[in-house]
Amino acid sequence: MNVTVMDRQADTSAQTKLGIVDCDVHPYTKSPADLDQFLSERWRKLRASIGGRSRSPFANAPNYPRMSPFTGMRMDSYPKDGTHPGSDLGMMQEQLLDLFNVSYGLMMPLLGRAADERNVEFGAAMATAANEWEAQVWCDREPRLKAGVQIPLEYTEAAIKEIEKRAGDRRFTHVMIPPRGLEPLGRRRYWPILEACAANGFSIALHLGGTSGHPSTGGGWPSFYHEEHPSYPQSKEALVTSLVIEGVFEHIPNLRVALVEGGFAWLPSLTWRLDKHYKRLREEVPHLKRLPSEYIRSNIWVTTQPIEEPERPEDLLATCEWIGWDRIMFSTDYPHWDQDDPRYAFKAPLTEEHKKMVFRENALAFYGLE
Amino acid sequence: MARHVVAPVSEIAPGSSKIVDIAGRSIGVFNVNGEFYALINRCPHEGAPLCIGFVLAKFTSDRPGEYRLERHGEMLRCPWHGWEFDIKTGQSWCHPESVKARTYQVAVVPGEALAKGPFVAETVPVSVEQNYVVLEL
Repeated sequence: MNVTVMDRQADTSAQTKLGIVDCDVHPYTKSPADLDQFLSERWRKLRASIGGRSRSPFANAPNYPRMSPFTGMRMDSYPKDGTHPGSDLGMMQEQLLDLFNVSYGLMMPLLGRAADERNVEFGAAMATAANEWEAQVWCDREPRLKAGVQIPLEYTEAAIKEIEKRAGDRRFTHVMIPPRGLEPLGRRRYWPILEACAANGFSIALHLGGTSGHPSTGGGWPSFYHEEHPSYPQSKEALVTSLVIEGVFEHIPNLRVALVEGGFAWLPSLTWRLDKHYKRLREEVPHLKRLPSEYIRSNIWVTTQPIEEPERPEDLLATCEWIGWDRIMFSTDYPHWDQDDPRYAFKAPLTEEHKKMVFRENALAFYGLE
Repeated sequence: MARHVVAPVSEIAPGSSKIVDIAGRSIGVFNVNGEFYALINRCPHEGAPLCIGFVLAKFTSDRPGEYRLERHGEMLRCPWHGWEFDIKTGQSWCHPESVKARTYQVAVVPGEALAKGPFVAETVPVSVEQNYVVLEL
């Protein structure tokens, strides 16, 4: 029984003293038409008349719960004008950036659906539009917010063009890649994109969301949202395994990958399993020069939300030790319903040193911020 | 400990609630089928504004394919992570023994009695013709 929950006092020291870095913030448009100013006439017309062709399996339903309007938003995050949570900068400042003394918020916009779009040319146009929108509508008004480069994952040339276009623009800190492409991310078809990220100094944020059309679990589509949510770690496990075993980190040693919105407590057991099998199956993957755990330790970072809440809260600290305290970066997921609050997310107290690392320093280093 | 006038009874209809600030604390006062209860407006899980959440029935099931809705309007679901609480006791559905949202004593008092004191009327104007919801803090 988790008896510590009720008596715990808010631990505000991290944010009031340090200034935290939030590695998962979701800005939204007030209306899909907000992107029109960044689309050419051809794509504005297509967006309005025919619309996108997503790979989502559900015709009229997202795979997120309808607990609140717009699906899956925290209920106190609706702007007074009835528009989408996360679309009002003033409210985001009040509920997140100012409240928690956020030094930087890493934006992970889930709109435009560039990566899911079957019409890849439209997807490329939407990626460009969403990137302009992030930079102009958000970063230029609020310099604490940092933009993620959206790319059409299945249209390599356009993706690389977009990455190169944003290189050197300090408003952009990372390239967003969805965790479920048509194939596992370590496959050769994606290497040119991954190379472009590393060559242009971008970290990669693998944020949960979207769909390739493949079922979200290895065993098929789930019946319940309660089944859907635990599929996030599954998709992350598949990503880590693919990136490591395909030899991506041998090929691109300076590729830096953050796993966003998948929790992290599953990582040590996956690492142990990969190492165990490396000793037995090395002949199959001679391109791997090191143990899988070593690639994970050198190239992969995790963000905290949705944080695991073990029955014995202190067990999570041991998990952090296994992963490495220098690899763990705090994230809220504002304004989603399952967001974590920095004052309460860790149910066991962190040392001052670990707090500094998790809430601030690791992310500053990872994203090249000061 | 003082008694605070929260609202005229007529202002908080059955099934509805009012969030008030009393002595620096945000508190939700609920009318559950004609009876009044008050809970702190802060979820013991991660501090969300608990009292703006949906009011629900207690929803249970004995086996897959069967379900029951009981105690209509007596459960409150947190607006962030969906933890459910019994409005009458503050008890958590998931951790009934260890997690509780703080509750406050609420009474209905005639305006006539209020006029005599000792009550803190704060911003609620009191008239002798009405009944009032009064919270003890």
